[in-house]
Amino acid sequence: MSMTSEQQPSHHIVSALVENKFGVLARISSLFARRGFNIISLAVAPTDDANLSRITIVVDADSAPLEQVTKQLYKLINVVKVTELDPRTSVERELMIATLRVASHTRGEVLDLVSVFEGKILNVGAEAITVSLDGHPSKLDDFEELLRGYGIVELARTGRVALPKLDRTALRAVKGKAS
Amino acid sequence: MKLTGAQALIKCLEMESVEVAFGLPGGCILPLYDPLLDSPIRHILVRHEQGAGHMAEGYAHVTGRPGVAIVTSGPAATNLVTPLCDAYMDSIPMVAITGQVPTTAIGTDAFQECDTVGITRSVTKHNELVMDAQDLPRIVREAFHIATTGRPGPVLIDVPKDVLQNTMEWYWPSDSEMLEGIPGYRPNTKGHPRMIREAARMILAAERPVLYAGGGILKARAAEALRELAELTNIHVVTTLMARGAFPDSHRLALGMPGMHGNAVAVTSMQKADLLIALGSRFDDRVTGKVSAFAPDAKIIHVDIDPAEQGKVRRPDVPIVGDCRQVIEEIVREIRNLLADMKPADTSAWHQRISGWQELYPYTYEQSEPGEALKPQYCLETLRDSCPTDTILVSGVGQHQMWASQYWRFDNPYTWVNSGGLGTMGFAVPAAIGAKVGQPDKVVWAVDGDGCFQMTAQELVTASIEKIPVKIGILNNSYLGMVRQWQEMFYDERYSEVYLSPEVPDFVKWAEAMGCVGIRVDSPEEVQPAIDKANEIDDRPVVVDFRTDSREKVFPMVPAGMANDAIVLSPGQDPSALRK
Repeated sequence: MSMTSEQQPSHHIVSALVENKFGVLARISSLFARRGFNIISLAVAPTDDANLSRITIVVDADSAPLEQVTKQLYKLINVVKVTELDPRTSVERELMIATLRVASHTRGEVLDLVSVFEGKILNVGAEAITVSLDGHPSKLDDFEELLRGYGIVELARTGRVALPKLDRTALRAVKGKAS
Repeated sequence: MKLTGAQALIKCLEMESVEVAFGLPGGCILPLYDPLLDSPIRHILVRHEQGAGHMAEGYAHVTGRPGVAIVTSGPAATNLVTPLCDAYMDSIPMVAITGQVPTTAIGTDAFQECDTVGITRSVTKHNELVMDAQDLPRIVREAFHIATTGRPGPVLIDVPKDVLQNTMEWYWPSDSEMLEGIPGYRPNTKGHPRMIREAARMILAAERPVLYAGGGILKARAAEALRELAELTNIHVVTTLMARGAFPDSHRLALGMPGMHGNAVAVTSMQKADLLIALGSRFDDRVTGKVSAFAPDAKIIHVDIDPAEQGKVRRPDVPIVGDCRQVIEEIVREIRNLLADMKPADTSAWHQRISGWQELYPYTYEQSEPGEALKPQYCLETLRDSCPTDTILVSGVGQHQMWASQYWRFDNPYTWVNSGGLGTMGFAVPAAIGAKVGQPDKVVWAVDGDGCFQMTAQELVTASIEKIPVKIGILNNSYLGMVRQWQEMFYDERYSEVYLSPEVPDFVKWAEAMGCVGIRVDSPEEVQPAIDKANEIDDRPVVVDFRTDSREKVFPMVPAGMANDAIVLSPGQDPSALRK
């Protein structure tokens, strides 16, 4: 795919299908630490195949050439398939839940904001509410920035998951298995 | 058939044709040592678990078959970490079996418990904790397959005590059943045909080509293929520290070892080349010097079975992922086809330049004057000329290792055993023992330093008791010699903590105490008789203590981090001709 017309992404998204066994995540995280690859976010969950899990790793593009990341991942015996996803040709989603401090006079503004971003109210207390929001990670970033003014008590994000867009051949499976 | 886990594990090793295992029993591995009594597998009882690991490596180096080490849990497993890392760095096939506390005790900080799988994760190609005796045959088959295929390496199997004691129903997985268990492991051995054609064309078009042979040649049993390629194309070959013996040193196209202490011709021919054909070599920093200044005009063909080596250090123009032997044979076939209707580029000017350098820049040292201390290079030359050509030479790490690689004449593959990547001091004695076990009919000499020897010498007790007649030549300069050399050259001769002692230990007495013959050599006249005497002894190990000149340094030398063009030659050699 052409890299000339659009800006070089600041991160890589690597999607790895791995055997669903204990210790596999530790193998991957120790590989990243050992090779100096900086993880921005990491999401792990089983797939439709009970023997496989999908690990979606967002890697700082400055800390590692993507080629080395995928090749080193392939060297792990329990890694079955590694796919690079270009942020420009993939769909990315992330989930955030946040508990916000609300005073009586700001409650309305916060609820408006949640509604504009199409978030959900999960829990309401006297001085705080808990909301959830899913969407593109950059939308979550914007929401988080706007909430900051009201006082964030606690916030958790899942890390992004991604799949290739269907209309373009974004899926570039790295061919050839590592030794 | 019902078996205990221990019986099953021994049977698995027999199914994998294991003939010898190096090990030392203890609490958690105890159940395994009982059925071992009834097995034809020879067990060699070491004196320290690190010794077991290096013996397994030495055995694997000279036989090409996986070395096996068996130790218990906790401290025994941690003692194995150094040899595992050594084997990982040098791609040595090895299977380590460690005991573990019972599954019910894992995670409780039980006696002699440690997280073996966690600790060894980054120094093994793969490792596995066995939680069910029923899994043992599958895991052992996978371990041997993974250790010996693709880029070889060490695999560790951690077996809790109760898994050894529980019963299982015996089975032996077929190839396809075994492969089903490791869906993520399918090494690619066949090179891409388009890349192979491209490589063949590039080789014939090059005017200043060099074959850069690494340890992968030996792993792939590709020495003959390499020779065919070199002779067909009339291209010179450098053999890295890990590839010594992969191409005969006495061949007209041999340039010997490149790198930090390589000879000036090997180093310079790579620097000036217009094409480097890297075969199972990995552009190690000890070979490239400063990477940005390495072989600046050269195009790169890089053949390696490990895709992650392609472009890791230097971006290849033609990357070929595959087994070195298969790929070289394909390249040879392709070149023969091309030669039917084309002529290769004229390399005669390049050959002339190389032979000019060869005349000017041999390895050289000053012979000692009468009454002066013995030169280590002289000891090595005499030893070389007094041994059969298929002698297996083993070394530790440091000055003696570099001199051994420089001054020996390696004309046969699998006759050089050393610790290249990790640089493990203390490697030589146990690795020599493992090598002698693997090749009992060959003469095995270890050249060691006095610093190295003191790290693992106790394994000579193992060698004496087990009747493994290795020969050890200590180049004893009473110093940590390589560190001393760096302090002399780069730290203003400020010698910090490098002086050992010329008096203690008494190596002859120490050798005798361990059941070996000990010989001390102080002067040049004593060198030949001592070596002759050592070569005559075949019923026990021999230790020869060569008392050598501590001022002697290894040259040439490319100072660390510098460009290879900054090579420092032996005193008296004029570098100007290298710049032409």
